[in-house]
Amino acid sequence: MENMLSMEPMLDIFIYESFQNLEQLEKLILESERRGVFHDEAVNEIFRIMHTIKGSSSMMLYTNIASLSHALEDVFQFIRENDHITVDNSKLSDLVLESADFIRTELEKIQTTKQSDAPADELVARAQDFLQELRGESPEKPAKEFVGTESVAVPVEEVPQSASSGQTGVEEQQEITELDEPESSDAQFSLYEGHLFFEENCEMENIRAFYVVNNFTKIGEVVSYYPPDITENSQTADIVRKSGFTLTMKTARSYDLLLEFLQNSPYVERVELTEILPEAAELSAEEPEKPEAIAQSGVAPAEQAAPSANEPTEMRIVHQSMISVDVKKLDMLMDMVGELVIAEAMVTQNPELATLKLNNFYKASRQLRKITGEIQDMVMTIRMVPLAPTFRKMNRVVRDMSHKLNKEVDLILIGENTEVDKNIIEHISDPLMHIVRNSVDHGIEMPDEREAMGKPRKGTVVLEAKNAGGDVIVTIRDDGRGLDKERILDKAASRGLLTKSPEDMTDKEIFNLIFLPGFSTNETITEYSGRGVGMDVAIRNLEEVGGSVTVDSTEGRGMVTTLKIPLTLAIIDGMNIRVGEARYTLPTTSIKETFRAKKQDLIRDPEGMEMIMLRGQCYPIVRLHQIFNVKTDITDFTQGIMLVIEYEGKTWCLFADELIGQYQVVVKALPDYMKNIRRVEGLAGCTLLGDGSISLILNISGLLNL
Amino acid sequence: MPELVAASSEERAAMLETEEDTLKGKYLIFSMDQELYGMEIRYITEIIGIQPITAVPEMPDYVRGITNLRGKIIPVMDARLRFKKEQREYDGRTCIIVIDTTDICIGLIVDSVSEVVKLNDEDIAPPPEVKKSGKKYITGVGKSGGSVKLLLDCHKLLEDDEVEVLSQITAET
Repeated sequence: MENMLSMEPMLDIFIYESFQNLEQLEKLILESERRGVFHDEAVNEIFRIMHTIKGSSSMMLYTNIASLSHALEDVFQFIRENDHITVDNSKLSDLVLESADFIRTELEKIQTTKQSDAPADELVARAQDFLQELRGESPEKPAKEFVGTESVAVPVEEVPQSASSGQTGVEEQQEITELDEPESSDAQFSLYEGHLFFEENCEMENIRAFYVVNNFTKIGEVVSYYPPDITENSQTADIVRKSGFTLTMKTARSYDLLLEFLQNSPYVERVELTEILPEAAELSAEEPEKPEAIAQSGVAPAEQAAPSANEPTEMRIVHQSMISVDVKKLDMLMDMVGELVIAEAMVTQNPELATLKLNNFYKASRQLRKITGEIQDMVMTIRMVPLAPTFRKMNRVVRDMSHKLNKEVDLILIGENTEVDKNIIEHISDPLMHIVRNSVDHGIEMPDEREAMGKPRKGTVVLEAKNAGGDVIVTIRDDGRGLDKERILDKAASRGLLTKSPEDMTDKEIFNLIFLPGFSTNETITEYSGRGVGMDVAIRNLEEVGGSVTVDSTEGRGMVTTLKIPLTLAIIDGMNIRVGEARYTLPTTSIKETFRAKKQDLIRDPEGMEMIMLRGQCYPIVRLHQIFNVKTDITDFTQGIMLVIEYEGKTWCLFADELIGQYQVVVKALPDYMKNIRRVEGLAGCTLLGDGSISLILNISGLLNL
Repeated sequence: MPELVAASSEERAAMLETEEDTLKGKYLIFSMDQELYGMEIRYITEIIGIQPITAVPEMPDYVRGITNLRGKIIPVMDARLRFKKEQREYDGRTCIIVIDTTDICIGLIVDSVSEVVKLNDEDIAPPPEVKKSGKKYITGVGKSGGSVKLLLDCHKLLEDDEVEVLSQITAET
């Protein structure tokens, strides 16, 4: 049981790093493809990524991933040795991208079921064929032939063994060293030999040893260890118990640090550590650290377009100043900060203090409030992640689709470093994907058609993100054919989706019909879109986090979809209002002004619609007590308070009994039980007030629809 | 390795069983009007006095609203209204029984709570035959100490109406 648990973090790290590597890989491929050429750095980097994945997956005993990455590694090794060969770029890209997809699917499987079973044989065979083809093209350069034959000959079953048994591992690494770039100097790495003894009766020494080996890869590189077959052979536990475990490793860290690391490993009782002299160390060398560094640069907000492969020193600095944290912990931290904000309000606004004169107390409580505010801001910033990875995923979508549909499409990303809350990212990736797909599939015309219309052959899709107050605005713009109003109306009518007569509808209203469930304008269903489902679901997803979506279009010129997403969900600046005994909170940002109505400004039209005149403008009034059916004594407009609400260009007045005050509130969802009964459109959630009572948070867009 | 896993999971199962055993057959008895009702105590986390409830609009009348249970917000249901009985003013004896099934945590308002009794299988009679349309909230009738207790099905109590409401909504549209 114990060791099953200890495998978990290893698996997590493996999955995390592999995902990071795949993302990097995809980016490199797409970039190279756009340039039309694979640069040396890109080839080296891809080779390195494949090598890393191969190593870690074979260590985790996922042979299918290992054999596939091995085959690809061979391909790229060949390419980088033979500078002048011509490579079929698109074939190569397809091969690598498909392989990346395969590995990603397998990783997802591992994540959920801990199993990876799909055979990679077909892709491996393709990679090998491709390599053969390349070889055929450059017969005059049989450079390092033994490498190729050796690797092609490695059958799938042997891969894990060759990587986990120390002897072959060293051979392989040496082989790579010979081919490696001269830049990866060994000067700063030292070779150490450690002799580890584990605590008596700790059992399963072999697994403990394996754990140390795996952990060590974080700070350096394991060159070899004895006994070599600790993972396969449980008999080795006895050997380790009696004569200790010998580990040869290479690292840039100091002797002391290394010793400390080994001694702090679980169940290690005694460590004998000796440094092997540099002359001897030259025998084996390879780039260490890289998987970590890459993983980190993937996370770093200010990611460079193409981190060059060979900057070990610089990368290491980055690595030390960043840590990766489980999102669950961040969620917990944020919950706790939420509680803290409530608790702070409970203390400082305690009704029992209201009548007392407490100068010092208020001074201290102001300080407390300031600090809680700062903590809250800090937690928010920690949770902020750039949109870049989500945006870049679209690169792939556009590429695949334009290939399949024979269209020429350029994707331009603007403001990809805009940051939003981690939770929100998850909610926007789906809608974004749907909209981009729609743009490429329905919007952008075929190249010939475009030319005939006097547009450039290549269509453009622009993905832009920017901050606007408390929101992030993401726009997706294409220069395709735009939306056809007539067709939308016809379609909507035939599906019975129209709620009012077409003449009364504004262009915007017509365009927004496409987000209704069961709507799709494309008659032919393609692989990518046109099933008429998904879009509305995706949009619902977005609305769940308080976002909204609008479309605008000019026929023949293209369309613009705008997603408005709140920066953060958890804590909002809210205005508390009272209606009868109920308290409500609404986001301060949506309130334009508040005032008390005068009798002469009130208007009532023949249909009973109540309106108010404010500085020459006429606004409709919504009685909160009426729509929520709350008992209150204040029903006369002159007795209560008017809140002028502006939302999506519409302005109206909300009538409530009185204002209570402005607070930072922590948004909590309504209990699931209630959500199951019915979705209350007018409510976004609830919050706890300082006195422990509950206030309901109003959903402005929902209120408008009531 | 596998033996270890097996052993510990058996152990855990055994532990769970003993925990189950101590709760099994025990019912919390509460009253509404003249009737006594029983609910399996394994679903019940605590009993609290009546406390302020915030009404939530657009909910069925038996869902009184939400309340703050030490920082956790839970929905509250009035058992009287749930069973279509007349509403009654809450008083000092009114209690909220906090029920926690695997996925739902909810408060149930009852007139008063009396005791916890152990009912053996032979003390429980099957529920009387009801009309087809009748909802089967009652899993059985318990007899002990000279009185009759209607044993409630916790899941039915919480789930049944969702279906009803859903079908209503679909009927409307």
